Amino acid sequence: MRFAVTIFPGSNCDIDCIHAVEDVLNASVTPVWHQESDLSRYDAIILPGGFSYGDYLRTGVLASFSPVMEGVKKAAREGKLVIGICNGFQILTEVGLLPGALRRNSRLKFRCNFQTLRVENARTPFTCDYEQGELISIPIAHGEGNYYCDDATLAELKRNNQIVFTYAGENPNGSVSDIAGIINREGNVLGMMPHPERAILDWMGSKDGARVFTSMLQYWKENCGAA
Amino acid sequence: MFKATIYVTLKESVLDPQGVAVRGSLQTLGYEGVKDVRIGKKIEVILEGSSREEAEAQVKEFSEKVLSNPVTETFTYELEEVVSCASQ
Repeated sequence: MRFAVTIFPGSNCDIDCIHAVEDVLNASVTPVWHQESDLSRYDAIILPGGFSYGDYLRTGVLASFSPVMEGVKKAAREGKLVIGICNGFQILTEVGLLPGALRRNSRLKFRCNFQTLRVENARTPFTCDYEQGELISIPIAHGEGNYYCDDATLAELKRNNQIVFTYAGENPNGSVSDIAGIINREGNVLGMMPHPERAILDWMGSKDGARVFTSMLQYWKENCGAA
Repeated sequence: MFKATIYVTLKESVLDPQGVAVRGSLQTLGYEGVKDVRIGKKIEVILEGSSREEAEAQVKEFSEKVLSNPVTETFTYELEEVVSCASQ
């Protein structure tokens, strides 16, 4: 299974994501600069966290118009796995691959700490290695993770089981329905504010994020062929 | 040459945490008459266009597509003809 990690000017979790794929899965992973648009060689695309284009204008918006996003949209249409983490989630909403938008945190504070999440849907390619309803500990680090969508969209997300992760206990940013991560209707594009790549080894304080990556590999093996 | 001034604001239905914080500060300073604060962005764009209609169509298009996010924001704009960039 071949992974790509997109890099925009201002991305800063790209190396962590590359390490996560290498350390957890021992799989092939290639950094891809935002000027490239051909992602046809890869089976899964990771949009990492950071502050692409300095968060100018709105978080994620300028990155959403870069050439690599044409490749990401194509990969998504083809059913390949696409995961956006933190700033990557913001980019996926701006480009329209996921509904809603991410606003400034309700109490204006940049939140950087471990957060307990509930796995609301363990039947996705990104969560099949978790138990339904499992509580996991993964860090967040964002100032604009306050997920918003209108009531009709929220009802649709609930109806289609598109809410994948919620904040269990304290909601750190004011997101609607405590949403921490959602998936698209087709089930191959995930966006999440918490950073699974920062919770893959014991010394990090939690290994709960590793199973996002093992889930992707497991799904791919079962549905797309060999490793 | 045209100068477009675009004002991007959060929709009425969307909470503005920055506005709420600023409102609190103003009230703390004794401006008790302050009831609400909403924070937005003002963006100035100088553009060429053969006609006002053409320029206006472009401004509408890129304001919807890029300058604002229709999920959370709305925008208004003003358009004026200017002699050159230096006239702004």
